[in-house]
Amino acid sequence: MTATPTKTTVSRPAPPTPKPAGGARKRRGSKQSLAVWMFLLPAAVLGLYFKFIPMFEGVRLSLFKVQPFLGDVFVGFENYAKVIGDQRFMEALGHTVFLGVTQTLGALLVGFVLALLLEGQARSLWFLRTAIFLPVVTALAVVGEIWRILYFPTADGPLNSILGWLGLGPLQFLNGTDTALWSIAVVGIWSGAPYNMVIILAGLTGVDRSLYESAGVDGATVWQRLRYITLPALRPSLVIVLTLAAIRSLRSFTEVYVLTGGGPAGSTEVWMTRMYSLGFQRNDIGVASAAAVLLLVVTLLLTVGTQYLAKRKADR
Amino acid sequence: MTPPRTTTAPRRRPSPSARFDTALGWSPQFGANMVLRIALCVLVFCIFALPFVAIISAAFDRNSSPTEISLLPKTFTLQNFEVAQQQGLWGYLLNSLVIAGGGLLLQMTVSVFAAYSLSRKKFRGQALVLLLVLMTMMLPEEVIGIPLSLVLGDLPLLGISLKGSVLAVILPVGIWGFSIFIMSEFMKEIPGEIEEAARLDGVGEFRMLFTIILPLCKPALGVIGIFGFMMVWDQYLLPLIAANDPSDYTLTVALSVLRNDTTVGPGVLVAGAVMAMIPSLLVYLFLQRSMIRGITSGATKG
Repeated sequence: MTATPTKTTVSRPAPPTPKPAGGARKRRGSKQSLAVWMFLLPAAVLGLYFKFIPMFEGVRLSLFKVQPFLGDVFVGFENYAKVIGDQRFMEALGHTVFLGVTQTLGALLVGFVLALLLEGQARSLWFLRTAIFLPVVTALAVVGEIWRILYFPTADGPLNSILGWLGLGPLQFLNGTDTALWSIAVVGIWSGAPYNMVIILAGLTGVDRSLYESAGVDGATVWQRLRYITLPALRPSLVIVLTLAAIRSLRSFTEVYVLTGGGPAGSTEVWMTRMYSLGFQRNDIGVASAAAVLLLVVTLLLTVGTQYLAKRKADR
Repeated sequence: MTPPRTTTAPRRRPSPSARFDTALGWSPQFGANMVLRIALCVLVFCIFALPFVAIISAAFDRNSSPTEISLLPKTFTLQNFEVAQQQGLWGYLLNSLVIAGGGLLLQMTVSVFAAYSLSRKKFRGQALVLLLVLMTMMLPEEVIGIPLSLVLGDLPLLGISLKGSVLAVILPVGIWGFSIFIMSEFMKEIPGEIEEAARLDGVGEFRMLFTIILPLCKPALGVIGIFGFMMVWDQYLLPLIAANDPSDYTLTVALSVLRNDTTVGPGVLVAGAVMAMIPSLLVYLFLQRSMIRGITSGATKG
């Protein structure tokens, strides 16, 4: 980041490139544009086939009652009405928002605490940061398996044993209807917090040390120092981290699918798992596609809104 | 957690300047402050890293069960891995490695090509192409999974089915807006004079990219390499919908097969999890610096 301004100032005073005159320029221009599209071709083909055609297919299917062998019937917005009128989809929406809020805020808070604890130059801290980052690198499916073991619901399961030492009763964790959603949230925080820690650590290195020193001379407490120096300095990166995480959590699938599959008794069903059980198990492709389109629209609106806010902040 | 109160009398400390190195003002001298910090560090280490130690130990333990997790295997054995082999885990691992290798190679090539056009050229429709690239990031496999599975079963115009082939995973992960962006952001910073000089020497487009631009982008290659690998290795839904039958699964997806198979014990499942962890661990340890750089630059650029 710091190298960028110097580089641009070096390149700016360069003499304007001499323009080849007449025909030569034209020939080179068309050759140039040929090269441009040649280099873009692989991305264009893959993007078309595996992103945009499926997207348009999804929008189209959402307007049809899809029946194999019998032919699709156009039903307009009936599928959308079904999604919105579906009790289980609305419950899933509630769970999605719950997980989104708890995981995003939890991972941010824990990441912040981790960063404050592990800030520094010492080699032992560097080692600790490396070790703590492991959950981020591990595939979510593997994280899910690890936590299924840790959450083993008998009294001698790993986490329940620890609760036992503290004198707390054994919990059902993933098997209990009222604990399952919280258990998933904890896994999300565990695997997301170290990532935020790295971002916040990077932000902390940019804080002006002399501000801490003068605050110390003025007799500020640690809390005041955090509140008035550290947090304001971190705000720009925190805002972006927060919104990106919120958008990502809308489509979280793997962890819920691996940990509980939506159970027990639908208590952890989220938008994505509900959509998938409709689309792949019950073969209700039209309704599932409508649910996907709704999710896409919400994500799009959130993303555009974030970009707009970020731009407006940057302009100020 | 309450932040330790240490700044009540800052001027009396022996080296005041070091005390302002960190936001909480951790003291570099041994004392109550440092003891507290070490205690907290141990706690944090236990929460985030010990589960991995326990899992690895359980994979090498003869009677591993969720109720007997320990940090060192009580009776060391390789039996879990042998049973895993009989359960076809090497096949799953092979699927995973082929997909990770092929997908990553394709993704990096596609990204470098696209980024070269987007960053070093000016052309009509550039803004639109950029927008489409941005959109690919908003269309992850989860969201478009159902129609994508139909497309994989019957490729439009070509009429071939990719299902059951590793290509069904390799091709879709080949396009990822994130690596195109990271790469083109980096390529933009290469001074134009270098390119102009090479062009005067009559260097063509391919040689320009591979011998002039790319060698200057090594750090960015590291970044998109590690993030691309993690993205491909983390795929769950795509290998699931791309498979014709369980033998096409990747290792991460196959874990759920192992879990539901009552004939194999938890030790085998854990052995599979450890096998699925090792490649990402190795990549992370070797390319950590690139990774941290990628995260931080991604955060500051938005």
